Amino acid sequence: MIQSKDLLGIKELTPEEIYLILDTAAGFKDVLMRDIKKVPPLRGKTVVSLFFEPSTRTKTSFALASKRLSADFVNFSVSTSSVVKGESLKDTALTIQALGADFVLVRHASSGVPHLLSNILDISVINAGDGANEHPTQALLDMFTIQSYKKKFKGLNVAIVGDIAHSRVAKSNIYALTKLEANVRLICPPTLTPAEVDKLGVEVHHSLDKGLKDVDVIMALRLQLERQSKGFLPSLREYFKLYGLTADSVSHAKDDAIVMHPGPMNRGVEIASSIADGNQSVILEQVTNGIAVRMAVLYLLAGVKK
Amino acid sequence: MSKSILDSNDINRAIRRMAYEIIEKNKGIGNLCLVGIQKGGVTLANRLASQIELIENGHIEVGTLDITFYRDDLNTKSEQPVVKRTEIPCNIDDKTVVLVDDVLFTGRSIRAAMDALIDYGRPANIQLAVLIDRGHRELPIRADYAGKNIPTSFDARIEVTLEENGSSDSVILVSG
Repeated sequence: MIQSKDLLGIKELTPEEIYLILDTAAGFKDVLMRDIKKVPPLRGKTVVSLFFEPSTRTKTSFALASKRLSADFVNFSVSTSSVVKGESLKDTALTIQALGADFVLVRHASSGVPHLLSNILDISVINAGDGANEHPTQALLDMFTIQSYKKKFKGLNVAIVGDIAHSRVAKSNIYALTKLEANVRLICPPTLTPAEVDKLGVEVHHSLDKGLKDVDVIMALRLQLERQSKGFLPSLREYFKLYGLTADSVSHAKDDAIVMHPGPMNRGVEIASSIADGNQSVILEQVTNGIAVRMAVLYLLAGVKK
Repeated sequence: MSKSILDSNDINRAIRRMAYEIIEKNKGIGNLCLVGIQKGGVTLANRLASQIELIENGHIEVGTLDITFYRDDLNTKSEQPVVKRTEIPCNIDDKTVVLVDDVLFTGRSIRAAMDALIDYGRPANIQLAVLIDRGHRELPIRADYAGKNIPTSFDARIEVTLEENGSSDSVILVSG
């Protein structure tokens, strides 16, 4: 069972907790396939989103997840709120709690903000992405998607390709996959290799073709164009040539390998359109699964004794 | 202290009688569907269905219903419940659905089950079959078919063991 009132990162979860979330999500996926896509367990609860960085899909996915659980979802708009008038993060968070929220979803450019709020607040804090640290619900929905195709994690070869150093999605997925005993390979340019990579329990490849050999799952990452001004890459064209997923590079993976991407995609930068739209792609299914997984997280945290 | 209430033979007889009652009350099985509540009711629903099929020499649909998301005790239980499968094999609109559970106690599971069922369609009517009715209702709910009524103290526990093949069935009362 889930021990903490908060979901701060995959790092803090046990394998049993991850499996409980995935099993619960399967039940919610069934609910989402029905005519009536709503269930009542979070009636009377309020979920507030506090996003200091732009997000469309995560926020929309959480909003739908909340509403499918019969909770109320309110967006605390940072750009038009007192945050721009100089209110501190702490005061904003306490205000949201005083407004009667039961959950706060937080996304922030700085790592550790959810952890800080977790200590200040009595209500549940869910990390919706903190800096280059973690994006736990993305990793959980990725695990759910992998499980639905591959049935098991142990011994599975999973390649994560791209801008690993800047990616909280990669970080959360590395934690999740290693906890579930999959073999993780990171494929990235030397300049985008994360610090202290040897402590992560993963293989590192700088050649895409070699790294993709015989993998079961390929996870592409968005090249974070907004963080590339520091000269990590000579050009986007060269990046695509060396690290872009194309029919040719994907052919090195197993025939039944699935291709994943957390979105939003830069077509022609990290992934070719023929792959993104091809029959190995499960990218849109990830989006659907995201709602079920976020429902499971909200539901399970609601049941934690505070 | 624990006491055996029903043995394997008693349970078989009870299931057979309930099967006859269900058929009689509904004048056949033409418009009938059995739905077992996860997880205690699932085996009983299957057992009832095979008995009914034997008697009527026909086919009856059997489904399973998980009521986890409809419970009213999410915040009061010490452990989060594990979600099980819901499989309703047929369209339940205008059908007579017999909800099946092993023990009828406060009635709260049945309330949850009715809410869950109605999200799958609009049955013509919903009936309730239970193996044990132990009293202590907290809601205005009663069973249409009961294997046995057993007066219990509120703190007692009833342990039902039911297997698909009926080999080692038992109902045991553990006093609280």
